[in-house]
Amino acid sequence: MQIADIPLEHSLLLAAVLFALGLLGVLLRRNLIFVLINIEIMLNAAGLAFVAAGARWGGADGQIMFILILTVAAANVSVGLALVLQMYRFVRGLDIDKLNQLSG
Amino acid sequence: MTGLLWLVPALPLASAIALLLLRLPRPVAATFGAGSVGLAALVALLASISFSSSGETAYELTLWTWMSIGTFNPGITLHLDALSMVMMGVITGVGFLIHLYSTEYMAHDDGMQRFFAYMNLFVASMLLLVLGDNLLLLYLGWEGVGLCSYLLIGFWYQDSANGAAAQKAFIVTRIGDAAMALGLFLLFAELGTLDIDTLLARATEMWQPGNGTAIAAAALLLSGAVGKSAQVPLQTWLPDAMAGPTPVSALIHAATMVTAGVYLIARMHPIYELAPPVMTAVALAGAATLLIAGISALGQSDMKRVLAYSTISQIGYMFLALGVGAWSAAVFHLMTHAFFKALLFLAAGAVMLRLHHETDIFKMGGLRKKLPAAFWSMLIGGSALASLPLVTAGFYSKDVILLEAWQNGSPNIGGTWLWLAGLIGALLTALYTFRMIFIAFFGEAKQDAQPGTEHSWRVLIPLGVLAVLSIIGGFIHLPLESVLPGAPGEHHGTTATILKLIAGVTSLAGIGLAWLMFGRGEQTQSDSAIARFARSGCGFDWLYDRLLVRPVVAIARLNRDDILDGVFTIIAWGNTALHRGLSATQTGNLRWYASAIAGGVIILFALAQVL
Amino acid sequence: MLLTALILIPLIGGVLAAFTGEGRAPRWISAGALTLDLIICLYFWFAGGETFAVQGQGAWLAYQSAEWIPRFGITWALGLDGLSLLMIILTCALGLAGIAASWKEIEERVAFFHFNLMWSLAGVIGVFLALDLFLFFFFWEVMLVPMYFLIGIWGHENRIYAAIKFFLFTQASGLLMLVSILALVFVYQGATGEFSFDYFDLLGTEVAGPLAMWLMLGFFIAFAVKLPAVPVHSWLPDAHTAAPTAGSIILAAILLKTGAYGLLRFALPLFPEASLNFAPIAMTLGVVSIIYGALLAFVQTDIKRLIACTSISHLGFVLLGIYAWNIWALQGAVMQMVAHGVSTGALFLLAGALQHRLHTRDMRSMGGLAARAPKLAGLGMFFAIASLGMPGTGNFVGEFLALLGAWQVSYGLTAVAALGLIGAAIYSLVMIQRSFHGPAPESLQLLDFDKRELGVMGLLAIAIIWLGIYPQPVFDMATPALEGLQAVVGGASP
Repeated sequence: MQIADIPLEHSLLLAAVLFALGLLGVLLRRNLIFVLINIEIMLNAAGLAFVAAGARWGGADGQIMFILILTVAAANVSVGLALVLQMYRFVRGLDIDKLNQLSG
Repeated sequence: MTGLLWLVPALPLASAIALLLLRLPRPVAATFGAGSVGLAALVALLASISFSSSGETAYELTLWTWMSIGTFNPGITLHLDALSMVMMGVITGVGFLIHLYSTEYMAHDDGMQRFFAYMNLFVASMLLLVLGDNLLLLYLGWEGVGLCSYLLIGFWYQDSANGAAAQKAFIVTRIGDAAMALGLFLLFAELGTLDIDTLLARATEMWQPGNGTAIAAAALLLSGAVGKSAQVPLQTWLPDAMAGPTPVSALIHAATMVTAGVYLIARMHPIYELAPPVMTAVALAGAATLLIAGISALGQSDMKRVLAYSTISQIGYMFLALGVGAWSAAVFHLMTHAFFKALLFLAAGAVMLRLHHETDIFKMGGLRKKLPAAFWSMLIGGSALASLPLVTAGFYSKDVILLEAWQNGSPNIGGTWLWLAGLIGALLTALYTFRMIFIAFFGEAKQDAQPGTEHSWRVLIPLGVLAVLSIIGGFIHLPLESVLPGAPGEHHGTTATILKLIAGVTSLAGIGLAWLMFGRGEQTQSDSAIARFARSGCGFDWLYDRLLVRPVVAIARLNRDDILDGVFTIIAWGNTALHRGLSATQTGNLRWYASAIAGGVIILFALAQVL
Repeated sequence: MLLTALILIPLIGGVLAAFTGEGRAPRWISAGALTLDLIICLYFWFAGGETFAVQGQGAWLAYQSAEWIPRFGITWALGLDGLSLLMIILTCALGLAGIAASWKEIEERVAFFHFNLMWSLAGVIGVFLALDLFLFFFFWEVMLVPMYFLIGIWGHENRIYAAIKFFLFTQASGLLMLVSILALVFVYQGATGEFSFDYFDLLGTEVAGPLAMWLMLGFFIAFAVKLPAVPVHSWLPDAHTAAPTAGSIILAAILLKTGAYGLLRFALPLFPEASLNFAPIAMTLGVVSIIYGALLAFVQTDIKRLIACTSISHLGFVLLGIYAWNIWALQGAVMQMVAHGVSTGALFLLAGALQHRLHTRDMRSMGGLAARAPKLAGLGMFFAIASLGMPGTGNFVGEFLALLGAWQVSYGLTAVAALGLIGAAIYSLVMIQRSFHGPAPESLQLLDFDKRELGVMGLLAIAIIWLGIYPQPVFDMATPALEGLQAVVGGASP
């Protein structure tokens, strides 16, 4: 079965579910590593939507966007992990609720 | 010689400036202070002689243009005519005598130099007032004398009571002055000039008698006159003004400044002739004042306050004269009053000099023998004030006023009533004057006079000269015909004789009554309700305090922190509250921010769906 | 070029002062810069005489214009007429008085202080010269910021609050003016297809009725805040009280005058019809200011605050006079501006001297100063009496003429305004009584004025007397300018 046979609605639904799960993870997890992982999930959900839409319209744009997202995600992870290390040094832990010095 | 007229105000002014700026030895300061006025008197005399012999009706001397804007061109211009000549003579003549007296009176005061500076400034302002050829220059002098009056009433500034009296004097007269300024605006708007001669000519040309504008202008000017001359309803400041040194009371609050209102109305008399209702108001104000002040004077125990009320009352006579159109009679009484009232004050000062500045007549008594100079001065001045028939100046001048009041009356009010008021006033005058003299100078002595030197010539000469003037002043003929219609002439006829007789008998009766009541006994102040009412000046102070002073002060106090600022405080507070609320959302918590973003997006989508 | 120099000299002087250390140098440099400006002004006063019209408008003594941002029609246009000259002379003279007042008072950050002082004054001079609305707004802001620092850094107790309040009031109202300026420029562009901020270009711009009223209000509010008129006056007592002496002098004597100047130069000529329609309201506001300021003044216990409140009352006469818009009232308003600058400047100098000596401004702890410091008290009384409008001082001439002119327009309002004369007597005498008269506390020690203070106060006293008895030169200087302004307004209204 070809990817085009899968109805667009199904793949978009899957992407939406993935995105929602990722968002929930971001909102609910306090560990910075897991927050980063969840952000990756959200990115990939967006990527999935791009790919599915690209397949639907038969263009290459969706795949190009996915590759872009991949690179962004890679950059994201590298910077993010560096920040995680820094944070670990500062607050001796990975609990993001401790990072609230910017409160108004 | 008339060309030297500018020296008359300039000499005291220059002396005042020198006394204010330089630090002079005491004798030099005294010489400057009295000498400048003496010289001014001399120049004034020479200028008057050469002016009188020139036969002209008016002489003008323009010094410089004060301001010139469009059609508004008041100059610093002096105007000499018969009326200002009389005033100038009184101011410089009586002024010099009082200055001479002051050199002794103030000899041991620390502030003597300041005293003479203010006094000279006063004389200069007063001269500008009477010599000014336009109303603006008159107003300059008008306010200037008010300022000097303020400075001199509060001369002994270390006592807050004196300061309060000075403030009261200035503010009360300023009420009248503000109205007078409005009168100036009105006259300029309607007649296009403030030059007195031109203005009067245009007024008589343009306005019919009873014209509304003329009435308004006359009434506004009258407000100024009433304030300055301490007439009802703005008379309350003068009794308190006695807080100043006694020569000040003699010069400013008896002889000259307080009569400025009389001068103003006499000077502007054509306007008043066009405004019959205001004439009536002038007459009524005069009649009411002379009665109220006469009653008040009866209740006083302070010698200077008695004299203050008598001044108010005598100016009431002048206003009565003005109100019946007896212009020159008013000016005549102004002059004689200047003589005898200055004499009375100086005599009171002579008493105070020897009695440790005691002014309470009930603590004096029996001074007749100890202070003969003061006694005789007081007796002569008092007789003139009480208008003792035939031998005093006061009799002649007051008699003319009563006669004219009887004959002319004022518009809308019969002459008989005004005459009657004047007659009752005359009785009261004789009564309170001799009450004061009997209590203070007769009976037993209650206080020893300060041992020490007798009064020197610097006190005795002014007393003597003024005493002579108080007696013969009634025979001086004032050449006022050229300025004021109806100069005081001899009034003949049966009516005149009868009226004269009644007036004479009345004042004699008053003196006799005083002798009966106070000649022997009465050594303490009566404390009945009527006496207290009289002592309080018939309750005007009480009334104004409740009616005006307290409400204004209360409102102002309430508003001390500026209620309008509250509006902006509320705006600022609202912004601060908003700021607090918004900044509370900035928790610094990453998950909170993410939730907010997510929630926001969802709401946006929902909104997009709905709309 | 001299006009640009008038602005540049204090600017450069300020920069120089900022970099010459903390000693005497900044003071002398600033004083020198202002003296130089004053000399240039006197040159214009005596050498000028011949006035000329620019684009058929006004009577200018000097004019210069150069392109600045041509794309938007913004020019560096400066013009000097009798009105501006009077105001600039006042600025320089009172600026010098301010420097003298801070000679001993300011000990910290002297250089930066004088930098701010000079830049603020440069901004003021710019405001008085600018004939391009963009440039005008630019200078309007230039004078504001250094003033904020002057109050905020060298002020007294409540300085931060006062400085921010001052800044917000002026800034917010300035924003309204900016909006009005931009709208006017767009209207002009709609009519001619070109941008121009030039005063003369915009003078004749036809603006539709309701819009003209709104734009005029934008200008009016900005100037009314500065003036200040009730009900937007409340920044003033706070700012004056908290400011250092020099700050108070400059605020009262000079900055307030920019509001009146703005009304005369911009608000009325740019929107003549709207202004004439608005005149009754503006005059009423003037009268309310007179009375309200007087009421506010006489219950104050802080001597500086009392003097500050009298400014509200005095400037009410200016507002009344300006909107009466006849030659007497206008001359009166101008004279009142000058005289108020001198007399109130002197009073603030006095209040500063008192605070420096007694470390208090509370009149309840004063009293009897006349006995301890006769020269100080004597001059204090002199200026208090000048401020109550005593004839023989410039204040009287100003108030009298303003009222005389206002009477021609509305005698009712004038009658109410005359109550202000009584109010002035009350607050001035109350001030004299509370601080100089009465019994002197035993403990009170007070140094009398020294030569420097006597000199400054003496000169100001002579100035106020001169304005009072021979004001004609001032009138002669202002007359062509005022007639020019009247012609603009008269030309537009039928």
